[in-house]
Amino acid sequence: MMLWSLILIPLLAAPLAWYAERPVRSAPRWIAIAALGADLLIALLLWVFPTASDEGRWLLESLVRWIPRWGIGLHLGLDGLSLVLIVLASFLGLVAVVSSWTEIQERVGFFHFNLLLVLTGVIGVFLALDLFLFFLFWEVMLVPMYLLIAIWGHERRRYASFKFFLFTQAGSLLLLVAIVALALLHQDATGRPSFDYADLAALAVSGPVGWWLMLGFFAGFAVKLPAVPLHAWLPDAHTEAPTGGSVILAGLLLKTGAYGLLRFTLPLFPEPAREFAPIAMGLGAAAIIYGAVLAFAQTDFKRLVAYSSISHLGFALLGIFAMTDLALQGVVMQMVAHGISTGALFMLAGALQERLHTRDMRRMGGLWSTVPRLASLALLFAIASLGLPGLANFIGEFLVLFGSFAGQPLFTIVAATGMVTAALYALALLQRTFFGRQTEARIVPDLSRLSFAVLLVMAIVQVWLGWYPQPVLSTTEPAVRALLSSDRSVDAPVNPGYLTFNVERP
Amino acid sequence: MLPLLWLIPVLPLGGFLLLALFGGSFSRRVVAWVGVGSVGAATLVTGFVAWEFLRGFSQIDSYRQTLWTWVATSDMTVSVSWHLDALSLLMALVITGVGFLIHLYSIEYMSDPGQAGVSAPAGRAGENDGGYRRFFAYMNLFVFSMLTLVLADNLLLLYLGWEGVGLCSYLLIGFWYREPQNGAAAQKAFIVTRIGDTAFAVGLFILFVHFQTLSIQQVQALASAAWPVGSGLAVTVAALLLAGAVGKSAQLPLQVWLPDAMAGPTPVSALIHAATMVTAGVYLIARMHGLFALAPAVQYAVAVIGVLTLLLAACSALVQRDLKRALAYSTISQIGYMFLALGVGAWSAALFHFLTHACFKALLFLAAGSVILSLHHEQDIFRMGGLRRPLPLAFWTFTIGAAAMSGVPLITSGFYSKDWILWSAWSSPLSGEWIWFGGALGTVLTALYSFRLVFRVFFGEVRTEPGPRPGAAVSIPLVVLALLAVTVGFLEIPRTIGDAPWFSSYLAHALPAAPSLPGMDESVEAEQQMTISITSLLGILLAAALFLPRPAPADRIVAATWTHAIHTFWQGGWGFDRLYGVLLIKPWLFLTCDEDDVIDRGYGAVAGALCSLHDGLSRLQTGRLRWYAATMAMGALLLLGAFALWIA
Repeated sequence: MMLWSLILIPLLAAPLAWYAERPVRSAPRWIAIAALGADLLIALLLWVFPTASDEGRWLLESLVRWIPRWGIGLHLGLDGLSLVLIVLASFLGLVAVVSSWTEIQERVGFFHFNLLLVLTGVIGVFLALDLFLFFLFWEVMLVPMYLLIAIWGHERRRYASFKFFLFTQAGSLLLLVAIVALALLHQDATGRPSFDYADLAALAVSGPVGWWLMLGFFAGFAVKLPAVPLHAWLPDAHTEAPTGGSVILAGLLLKTGAYGLLRFTLPLFPEPAREFAPIAMGLGAAAIIYGAVLAFAQTDFKRLVAYSSISHLGFALLGIFAMTDLALQGVVMQMVAHGISTGALFMLAGALQERLHTRDMRRMGGLWSTVPRLASLALLFAIASLGLPGLANFIGEFLVLFGSFAGQPLFTIVAATGMVTAALYALALLQRTFFGRQTEARIVPDLSRLSFAVLLVMAIVQVWLGWYPQPVLSTTEPAVRALLSSDRSVDAPVNPGYLTFNVERP
Repeated sequence: MLPLLWLIPVLPLGGFLLLALFGGSFSRRVVAWVGVGSVGAATLVTGFVAWEFLRGFSQIDSYRQTLWTWVATSDMTVSVSWHLDALSLLMALVITGVGFLIHLYSIEYMSDPGQAGVSAPAGRAGENDGGYRRFFAYMNLFVFSMLTLVLADNLLLLYLGWEGVGLCSYLLIGFWYREPQNGAAAQKAFIVTRIGDTAFAVGLFILFVHFQTLSIQQVQALASAAWPVGSGLAVTVAALLLAGAVGKSAQLPLQVWLPDAMAGPTPVSALIHAATMVTAGVYLIARMHGLFALAPAVQYAVAVIGVLTLLLAACSALVQRDLKRALAYSTISQIGYMFLALGVGAWSAALFHFLTHACFKALLFLAAGSVILSLHHEQDIFRMGGLRRPLPLAFWTFTIGAAAMSGVPLITSGFYSKDWILWSAWSSPLSGEWIWFGGALGTVLTALYSFRLVFRVFFGEVRTEPGPRPGAAVSIPLVVLALLAVTVGFLEIPRTIGDAPWFSSYLAHALPAAPSLPGMDESVEAEQQMTISITSLLGILLAAALFLPRPAPADRIVAATWTHAIHTFWQGGWGFDRLYGVLLIKPWLFLTCDEDDVIDRGYGAVAGALCSLHDGLSRLQTGRLRWYAATMAMGALLLLGAFALWIA
């Protein structure tokens, strides 16, 4: 039940938050905090006090019959990878609530309803082991996110939300077709359809059919990731979304794309994925440079950060298709680190916009002395995002590069030049905003105590993971190994050393 | 005492954390105590550790301390661990010792109310927003990063320190952040060095892929076993590491950032951009000497880069108007000597020059800083002059520094280190005659540009009236460094003079001795020494002839058209900035001039096309019956016609 509670808590809290607005205006915020805090607590408990177990790759598993005729079940499973991402999701959920504290003043209840629903979807995506269920959660993320942008967004919110919806929905469609086709293939092979992860992984489809289905899965996830050239929705959506929405988008929704590639594309189609790898890695390397070039060109603070996300997620794509333990570990680390650094940068962008009523960096400059706390934190997260050692992003990027070099030295070198371009945009961000002369004399308050505290926690996590990433790496190592071993044999022994858990079967 | 090794980097880190997190409520006194005290404590601990280490030197050559496992996953295991040997101990001693003196100096220098520097009075950054605290916090962070760099046991940790010092350099160059050109200089420094760092990183990838380890000792042992001398991989990796070293140490072709880096406060220039960080490249090559020995072509390239850089930078140093810029070019030139030494296999000589250079260049910068402070932030040497009498301490210390840099025979440290380098260049089989000749020519130029500064600044008529003389915090470091600039040379007295090679026998625990050609005996060495002594004295005499008389003959030389053109060319640093402007910056700015996304525009075009299609189609829907009937008839006719054609 542990696993279901992770999903049910935010799901049930969502309507509660909506209705609680009427009696107490600030209640939705507290309900959201309570729900996400509970999730975070459960996830951390699972991390720190693992229940003992002796076999299998899942730390916790739960399977309930749902539509047996179609081979659909309510199948959830938690391994190190999902665990880390769920901790990230509930933490960034809290960050999103805090960053909306003063910004969102209209329809507070409905805002938090949507926020909690998105997070339900995200957590569900990280847990689902039945492809039908997975797709359900995948779609649950979409509509509330669309509403978050469309209702509480900035100037061009209609355009941005519509674009977001169209792109991701088009990707989802391809994904759905591929999922159904896969279930039918299972029927052809065994006489009964199945949407179950283990069943479908055992198929290990290859040949031209495998290629097409793999491409369907790839496209669906690549839109979310986003991989160049499917990224066009991202800058608009991130820029126009309210701060909390941007945090969720950059910190979590993008990660569901990477997670999908890791969890499904690689293990379900080992052969085609291996053949496709050079193309995907090329796209990853291209995204790193392309995103960085455009990030430098931006004048809008949030847009710059948005393009930097494209660049960072290029590392994820490169590492996923390098298909080595080391690169995959790097990808996970990169996902966590990017979630925190970019989430923080969006939060700071929101704080700046609240104070200056603009995101245009041409109208900023010299703000260091005006808002010193905000500026120093921005400095920290900007250098995290340029991959400075000692901070978490470095570990992610470098593990990806180390792990990718043997297979694809050329693309890895191209990706490594992203270190220079990242420095270009990150320093440009600082220079345009905080250094130089003040363009307009302003007296604005520094960060509020609450935001400062949350950002400080994020900064501590960055430094901590930069110097001691081992807790994350050890937790995800067995999971990552299992993802890669699936093409050798499905039930390859998974390193049981670090964490051992009881399998919970109802 | 040896187990205290971990404290050495941690103390300055503690100082940084204290200042960064809680410094807001500290008074200036407390800030200074924390900032200077942490580095002072680190110096003390380094001294204890050195004492202990040297006592046990006959038994052990190195000491390793692992703090924790940094990254352990799949086939990679990297830990946070320190490696102490003769080389890293020397570096640590210089970093903490010189670092402490410079921190001490900064107490007074940075509290100057005119600390906004050249910027407008409104921009008194030091006053308004905790600039004093920010300065010491960054400086402490720098000392921590630099110590991490030199004490690191593996290349990944070394890389962490390497990037860390780059960050601090960036932050401190742009310390007076209100001036946009300071920000530009800071970004330039970071990005130019990062180009080298990226090459360095690729070198690490190759090493790791082949040896599954990043430990400095293991990598070199494995590489020597697996790669034959001159093999492609060894050459590639060594070249990549060299690119990193060239970026950090401001050597050709990545030297362009250092002159601009003088935008930072003078103590920063002394510590980061003269004594320590810019020599990190020298350290890296010496540290990886086993790898460079496998790549003779790259090692030769190191020597060539060294010679070219030292000559080019010396010429530029000769014609600068700005005192600090002149010193910056002299730093580039002196590091060129170190590269030359590394290239000919004289590892210890390079490190010896690093030691003497750290003392006399820090001294020169600090003395220059006290002059600049007295003249209310005047840096143009053509507006200085005659300061010998009003500022005697600055005069004497600067002159000692200049004499050491010129290598005045026997009595200055610079003589011993430079003589060692040039003797190695003469006697090493890895060298060539023209390399020695370049180095010897450099000694004339060095003496010339050093004493040009002395004569311009301290002799002649007074052009700007100096303010009050500096206090104790500025004076003590000057005196100590002046003593060091003279005496550290006696650590290595060549066999022709006194034969007391303490320094080389000390470093022999960590670095191999320089190779030597047959027949290079004492008489040859003595001849070589005579030559060097004469050239450097010649340079000083030449400087006196050119710059002492009024009006200075040098001014007349520069007045001619063709010399003026050369003058401008050298002053601008041989046109490298312009070249990179055309080759790199222009294309990059062109690439990023448009904030629109080309791919997005593609999608926009599709959307636009669909919209116009929609518009066109909806225009057909006019609501007029006649139009509908007519189009229906037309359509039916067309279809029938097509059908008929198809049948026929």
